Amino acid sequence: MAGKNSGNGKLTLGPVLFNWPAETWRDFYFRIADEAPVETVYLGEVVCSKRSPFYAPVLDEVAGRLMEAGKQVVFSTLALVTQGREADAVRELGRTRELMVEANDPTALRHLSGRPHIVGPYVNVYNEGTLLYLAGRGAVRVCLPFELPAHSLARLAAAAGEELEIEVQAFGRLPLALSARCYHARAHHLHKDNCQFICGQDADGLELDTVSDQPFLSINGIQTMSHTYVNLVDELAAMRAAGIGHFRLSPHSCDMVEVAAIFRAVLDGGLGADEAQAKLEEAVPAAEFSKSFYQGVPQHAKAG
Amino acid sequence: MGASKLELVCPAGTPAALKAAIEAGADAVYLGLRDETNARNFPGLNFSPAEYAEAIRFAHERGVKVLHAINTYPEAGNMAPWRAAVDLAAREGADAVIIADMGLADYVAQSHPDLRLHLSVQASASTADAILYYIEQFGVKRVVLPRVLSVSEIAALNREIPCESEVFVFGGLCVMAEGRCSLSSYATAKSPNMNGVCSPPSHAKYERNGEELLSQLGDYTINRFDAGEDAGYPTLCKGRFKVGGETSYVFEEPTSLNALEHLPALIEAGVTALKIEGRQRGRAYIAGVVSQIRAAVDAAENGGSADTSGLRALSEGGRQTAGAYQKKWR
Repeated sequence: MAGKNSGNGKLTLGPVLFNWPAETWRDFYFRIADEAPVETVYLGEVVCSKRSPFYAPVLDEVAGRLMEAGKQVVFSTLALVTQGREADAVRELGRTRELMVEANDPTALRHLSGRPHIVGPYVNVYNEGTLLYLAGRGAVRVCLPFELPAHSLARLAAAAGEELEIEVQAFGRLPLALSARCYHARAHHLHKDNCQFICGQDADGLELDTVSDQPFLSINGIQTMSHTYVNLVDELAAMRAAGIGHFRLSPHSCDMVEVAAIFRAVLDGGLGADEAQAKLEEAVPAAEFSKSFYQGVPQHAKAG
Repeated sequence: MGASKLELVCPAGTPAALKAAIEAGADAVYLGLRDETNARNFPGLNFSPAEYAEAIRFAHERGVKVLHAINTYPEAGNMAPWRAAVDLAAREGADAVIIADMGLADYVAQSHPDLRLHLSVQASASTADAILYYIEQFGVKRVVLPRVLSVSEIAALNREIPCESEVFVFGGLCVMAEGRCSLSSYATAKSPNMNGVCSPPSHAKYERNGEELLSQLGDYTINRFDAGEDAGYPTLCKGRFKVGGETSYVFEEPTSLNALEHLPALIEAGVTALKIEGRQRGRAYIAGVVSQIRAAVDAAENGGSADTSGLRALSEGGRQTAGAYQKKWR
């Protein structure tokens, strides 16, 4: 393999964060395998372990199809692990040595330490001390936390050197918080233990507005996300120049093959950032785009 | 279990609060420096290096431990202030440092192997494996458990970890996993993890709209109060929002954590220390809360109970919850 700074930059597809029907989930990945210009695909339930059994029967088939298509397949672990059976599942993933695993909490790090693995964006890597510490324990790629501003991303990419790959989410709603409580169930006056999988109603999350009718956040089970979709298509060149080599697209119900094609074209120099921006607005008309974290500024409200 | 005495760990946001906590019966106090190295980085709070040294002297003379919270995440390219805080703790003889960041924990383990390391709640270590990871990697001696666990989960955890555990018993309630929440950061660009502030006063404002009052954080309305209603502070996760046409406290109501009803069960679960949140609180609050909880702990250790009804008046909005300690909260 050439160094991480060679080539035009790689696209990755983050794990599906929403509760999609298993068939939709499977068909989504089949199409990604066949058509999407992404190098890596992250698979696995990151948000709620109660959803995992639905995907389990089709997981091997999906992974096989993606690998046949030449994609690097990475298994992502649960972000908030509290129960024994959840910890067991993480341990099991860590034991399967032929898999590349993305660790999303220290539970997973314990099982992956000492062998090549990826550190996911739910692990708090804010500075060079932590980055290099993790690299010394086997991390080959680190997807940085969502809230880091451009100057911190650049500092970390510089500290990473030639070997450690740096990834940043460049498209999709941003995960902002995790809780023991399920807000999707709570919004429907249900309890988490008897949630009726109500989160399955919202393919891109449940909209939360302020009482002044400002679109603000979106709810995804125990996870709270931004209302806006991060879109760093016009920052790709700057991030490439800073030494960031991997750009994560987080799946939504829009045409992700089209989204990936637009990002790919910009990375390859065949499409200008302005034109790409216009194409993304067309491809995802429901989304309000943002790069407030990247710029280090408050998210500004759009009047409802 | 329950053979050793529970340690009551109390907040000291100022030298005055420190004295109040110690006089009211604290076994240990926790405090931070007046900068971004601690998670209560608010104006008028915390300790200068000189006040810090004096606080340690004052506490140690009275047999009280001082735990130094260095529990934000050092900034890329600017790790020096956090390392300097650790060095100060070692030099002045703090009884432990409370750390969240792995890189900083690694620095403590490498540079000050004799300095006692506590894992901050901001590290959100919620499983035995996560805690074992910090023990194996950095020699952590105590974990402050995240407020996402039920009492039975805490008991199960304590059977698997060879270190002490500390749990929150009273005060502000994070409804999100601590150290993993960017809600306030999204609205204000000031991050709990990076800047040590959540829903900061610098970004809070109130706006009158006819008869009603709107509380805002940054651009966003967090709550709306009618003419007769008490207007609360716009803490983001305790706001009223609209979901599916219904307006409600979507995440949590303005409320305080009070887990005293679970005290016997927590003792039974093998916890080492009980923590009171509130470094942003004044001396009178600290005196009132610490003395009542001291009485409750002393009574519980003798199998009895104490009157702590006065705590309700010291709770946010006069409301209290046992939070995730009870499974039904979820």
